Amino acid sequence: MTLGRISLVVCIVLLALAPLTLSPFRLGLLAKYVCFAIVAVGIALAWGQGGMLTLGQGVFFGLGGYAMAMYLKLKEAGSAGLPDFMVWSGVEELPALWKPFGNPVFALAAVVLLPGLVAFLLGLLVFRQRVRGAYFAILSQALAAAFVILLVGQQGLTGGTNGMTNFSQFFGLDLTDPNGQRAVYAIAAVVLGVTFLVAKLLVRSRFGRLLVAVRDGEDRVRFLGYDPAVVKTITFTISAVMAGLAGALFVPIVGIISPALLGIVPSLELLVGVAVGGRFVLAGAIAGAIAVNYAKTLFSEDFAEGWLYLQGGLFVLVLVFAPKGLAGIVESVRYRLSSRKRAPSTPVEVAA
Amino acid sequence: MRPGTLSPRTLKRGLIALLLPALLATACVDEPGAGAGASGDDIKVGILHSLSGTMAISEVTVRDAELLAIEEINAKGGVLGKKLVPVTEDGASDWPTFAEKAQKLISQDKVATVFGGWTSASRKAMLPVFERNKALLWYPVQYEGLESSPYIFYTGATTNQQIVPALDYLAAQGKKKMFLVGSDYVFPRTANKIIKAYAAAKGIEVLGEEYTPLGHTEYSTLVNKIADAKPDAVFNTLNGDSNVAFFKQLRGSGITPQTTPVVSVSVAEEEVKGIGPENVAGHLVAWNYYQTTTTPANDAFVKAFKAKYGADKVTSDPMEAGYNAVYLWAAAVAKAGTVEVEAVKKAAGGISIEAPEGTTTIDGENQHVAKTARIGLVQADGQIKEVWSSPGPIKPDPYLKSYDWASGLS
Repeated sequence: MTLGRISLVVCIVLLALAPLTLSPFRLGLLAKYVCFAIVAVGIALAWGQGGMLTLGQGVFFGLGGYAMAMYLKLKEAGSAGLPDFMVWSGVEELPALWKPFGNPVFALAAVVLLPGLVAFLLGLLVFRQRVRGAYFAILSQALAAAFVILLVGQQGLTGGTNGMTNFSQFFGLDLTDPNGQRAVYAIAAVVLGVTFLVAKLLVRSRFGRLLVAVRDGEDRVRFLGYDPAVVKTITFTISAVMAGLAGALFVPIVGIISPALLGIVPSLELLVGVAVGGRFVLAGAIAGAIAVNYAKTLFSEDFAEGWLYLQGGLFVLVLVFAPKGLAGIVESVRYRLSSRKRAPSTPVEVAA
Repeated sequence: MRPGTLSPRTLKRGLIALLLPALLATACVDEPGAGAGASGDDIKVGILHSLSGTMAISEVTVRDAELLAIEEINAKGGVLGKKLVPVTEDGASDWPTFAEKAQKLISQDKVATVFGGWTSASRKAMLPVFERNKALLWYPVQYEGLESSPYIFYTGATTNQQIVPALDYLAAQGKKKMFLVGSDYVFPRTANKIIKAYAAAKGIEVLGEEYTPLGHTEYSTLVNKIADAKPDAVFNTLNGDSNVAFFKQLRGSGITPQTTPVVSVSVAEEEVKGIGPENVAGHLVAWNYYQTTTTPANDAFVKAFKAKYGADKVTSDPMEAGYNAVYLWAAAVAKAGTVEVEAVKKAAGGISIEAPEGTTTIDGENQHVAKTARIGLVQADGQIKEVWSSPGPIKPDPYLKSYDWASGLS
């Protein structure tokens, strides 16, 4: 067994044992980290494999989250009722935009299709124009900022800055009950597993090699007769769908969706997890997202006054000493171990 | 590099490689829940405000006031003969974090009650957590009303104790044309909804209603609109930093408090300091408490606060409401003889204290408090002088049920 396999098995065992050993409160937090890990897989795909530095992943997270929240709110309000925030925003009739979200099938489809469609259209426009590098990053960041302003401004439709809170049911699961919370955690963990597998298969496929080629030499790929815009758009769309799924799971797990989760800063935080874990390795991105968010909880609980400095210090340390992230460290340890094994047979003068 | 040697660089890398998985591993180990809210000689209480992020500047002052109250109560022997031990958490100006930390205080620290929150969004995020766990939250800031959770006590003003008296004051001054300016979130939008209903009923004309995003600092367009509209008064529900830019640019345009007074409901002593008293002097504010309010309790409060945190510190309405919250809870616990939530809730109705703002009584029905409304005039030294006050404490009415003109609002 290789090092990678072993750590994968360890991770699966840890995630599977968590519901048995953790209190409902801690399990809820772990479930939240799992949501961020799902986004991280998408970012690792777009950024690590495809070279698209997406600073606006919060937008897709939000689209998925809001689609799910709209369904849950309508379900809770009953057939005639209005969601609570509409009542205090002075909305008297359910807006037309909301009506289809009463249907669970439509809402679930929207969770996947809405972020996918937005990313697809944006990708098509942007990548065809050969916008890349920093320009793409700035554009995606601007999108996040614009999205937040839109949500805040439409208080009657979206709940404004408050967003939507107070969910007690999730497809028949009672979210106030520890067993319901365990079930939601299990769903999130399974979705993370599936996302990871899909991404892994994608990376190993011909498409995955093409993606890396686009990242490393877009013009050469174009001269070979491929269309880099198509490759990038597809990858970007997949990563957006993953973020949308994570957003939809986040709603029942944390019990809130608000513009504060989707803006520039949270989008960057998602990215930081991936950078710390190692953007070139999918498993590293997952580990990074979980580790960074866990560190955030831990530091802020134990040092309520100065936790931001600790967290910042950690990022700086990792990025200075391990620019390829945690996965980079594992890689170099593995390399060192294997080179040490070979050492006796290697002539000394080679290793200068 | 020669195989087998360890450079400092590799060592450092190894260290980090060891550290982080260890961190991860502890994620899966649960710490045992600490003792119950009242065990041994201590009673744990939670303090949950933003200590980082945009709201920190305001919320830290409320936390300081709450810690002062806890210290004073402990100095007098505590509650039920037990010392209060504050457990502080950082809400980080982020609403989901407020919900997470509230849950942590309740289920891990097992606190007897929580004092916390500032923005409506943070309260809305915490509300389901407290209702689900049947735990208590004391919320210390004036807000938009239309809420009455059985597990929240509201020690700041609701709309009929701040906005409605301010409108009454303006109407009495003969102001017939108003311009509404606010930050784009729930409180200003709801406040303006109430103002428009009031204006429609009392024959006041609303010339304009403008919103800017939180943190917005470019107000020349807005100031021009105000200059063109020539209102008798501006009703300002801007929050935070935006006030600095707004008042500076308003002053720069030549609009004076004499021709067009601005009434602010989110500008207190702390904010006046930030805006610069010279920019806002002469304008009006509406609150329930000022540092200059003359009561024996306030003299003691201001003195104690300056002694603990420094002579240059000011006290403001939300700080005072946070300070009161601790005393009101302590009084309710003393009456109930236990920190148990349902018993405290039952005991709380009718509890009355001599607060810095005057007599403050909990309304058992909606868990708000009766408060005296005060209109103040900002002075050149940054202090606020009271120019009008309600004859006595106003009964809280979060849904404005006792006002005919507000019948269509909730």
